[in-house]
Amino acid sequence: MALPQKESTPIFSDATAGTLRLIAYLAMAAILMVLDHRDGWLHRVRYATAAAIVPIYKLAAAPADWIHDAATAFTQRRDLIDENRQLREALLLAEARLNRMNAVTHQNQRLKQLLDTRQMLGMHAQLARLIDVQLGPTRDHVMLNVGADEGVHVGQVMIDSHGVMGQVIETLPHASVAMLVIDPEHAVPVMVSRTGLRGIAHGTGDTDRLLVPNLPLSANLRVGDQLVTSGLGGRFPAGFPVGTVTALRHDASGMFMEAQVKPAAELDRSGEVLLLRDLPDPAGPPAPAPEVGPPASLAPGTPPKSRTTPASSAAPAGVAR
Amino acid sequence: MNRVRTQGLAFWIGIVLALLLMLMPLPGAIQPLKPYWPALVLVYWSLESTDRVSVGLAFCTGLAADLLNGALLGDQALRLAVLVFIVLRFRSRLRFFPMWQQSLAVWLLLMNNHVLQALIRAFAGATPMPALSWLAPAVDAAIWPFVFLLLDDVNTRVRGKGAKAA
Repeated sequence: MALPQKESTPIFSDATAGTLRLIAYLAMAAILMVLDHRDGWLHRVRYATAAAIVPIYKLAAAPADWIHDAATAFTQRRDLIDENRQLREALLLAEARLNRMNAVTHQNQRLKQLLDTRQMLGMHAQLARLIDVQLGPTRDHVMLNVGADEGVHVGQVMIDSHGVMGQVIETLPHASVAMLVIDPEHAVPVMVSRTGLRGIAHGTGDTDRLLVPNLPLSANLRVGDQLVTSGLGGRFPAGFPVGTVTALRHDASGMFMEAQVKPAAELDRSGEVLLLRDLPDPAGPPAPAPEVGPPASLAPGTPPKSRTTPASSAAPAGVAR
Repeated sequence: MNRVRTQGLAFWIGIVLALLLMLMPLPGAIQPLKPYWPALVLVYWSLESTDRVSVGLAFCTGLAADLLNGALLGDQALRLAVLVFIVLRFRSRLRFFPMWQQSLAVWLLLMNNHVLQALIRAFAGATPMPALSWLAPAVDAAIWPFVFLLLDDVNTRVRGKGAKAA
């Protein structure tokens, strides 16, 4: 039997060999980082190993769930009764409001149908739960418990009962990652619901602050104005609340105004969220309608389709289907 | 043999727990102060045993952490490799430091780690880290004595049991 040989060659002393090894590892790490930054390798690896990774997330989130469950279990009975009464009142109020809203919605729907059928997005929503783990050093991304296998795809809009929360940026087979509106890399086209003034709300990294820069000084805007999604750009459907203006000030150049906005959605609460489905096509010019056969108006017995009317083909790109 | 195997098991469980702790959320305000658990566990084991931790193992642990964190593949791998390299280089001195000096060393190590992280994020064009996170190495240094005692206790028990069984 041969004696076990030493691993390192005697060319280098032990210390030199160690340093060389470190340099090799550093180079490897640097190459990985560059590749990942350019081609998104991490996502592919994460997707491939998702079967192993997602249970780890669930495991990491478990203690927080237990604490929450325990807190619920030990809540005083009196508190529960109080809360129950409050909720009952709130429910009555909400139901009354809902009934009124229902009528308005129906009427609105009919009017819209008459005006423009393209605005009719069959808005289906999917319920998702947040998995309570922290991704990366900032808290602007959240993980959801549904993924590609449940039909989630990148770009879906995430809302809660109060307003827009963010959008899906990465999907794994049974989980997905969403970026919140407060992420500094996130922007959403908005509109002041009172005046129709348009702008773009950027995240700031703070949980309770968005920024709408580059507003004209003469803009008709007040503290307390509600901002809703404008629907331009095609990613966010129009009309969802985004936030309330809390402060107005001149920007650094003095040429424009910027508005600070408090997000409408409750971003720091975990719980259930809705993912919107059946979004309009992403931004871009509408595909030219193929002109084949005789004009539709000549066809016997069929009314002209709205798709081929000139009004719809000249519509803005963002909302075209 | 058995002793080595049980110790190895304790080591791997420690690494996995550190990765889980890394993912676990803290209440919002103190989130940036979260200790960097994988680094603490790796430092302990590289001080404790000569052949358990190598730069390569630190690299692999970092890769696993990157995969879980989903930030930038290779980021933590690089940082942990550097950290463990420094610890192994000064191992013989660090081992016999009194506890407060060890804590200070841990603070320096993690401060270095933090500077590296800030540099990498700057190169990758990510948003800068919250200012509060610069206090995280101090938190690491503050809890280091407890982490050390806890891991040392587990280690001694495991070794004792393993020796008895062998």
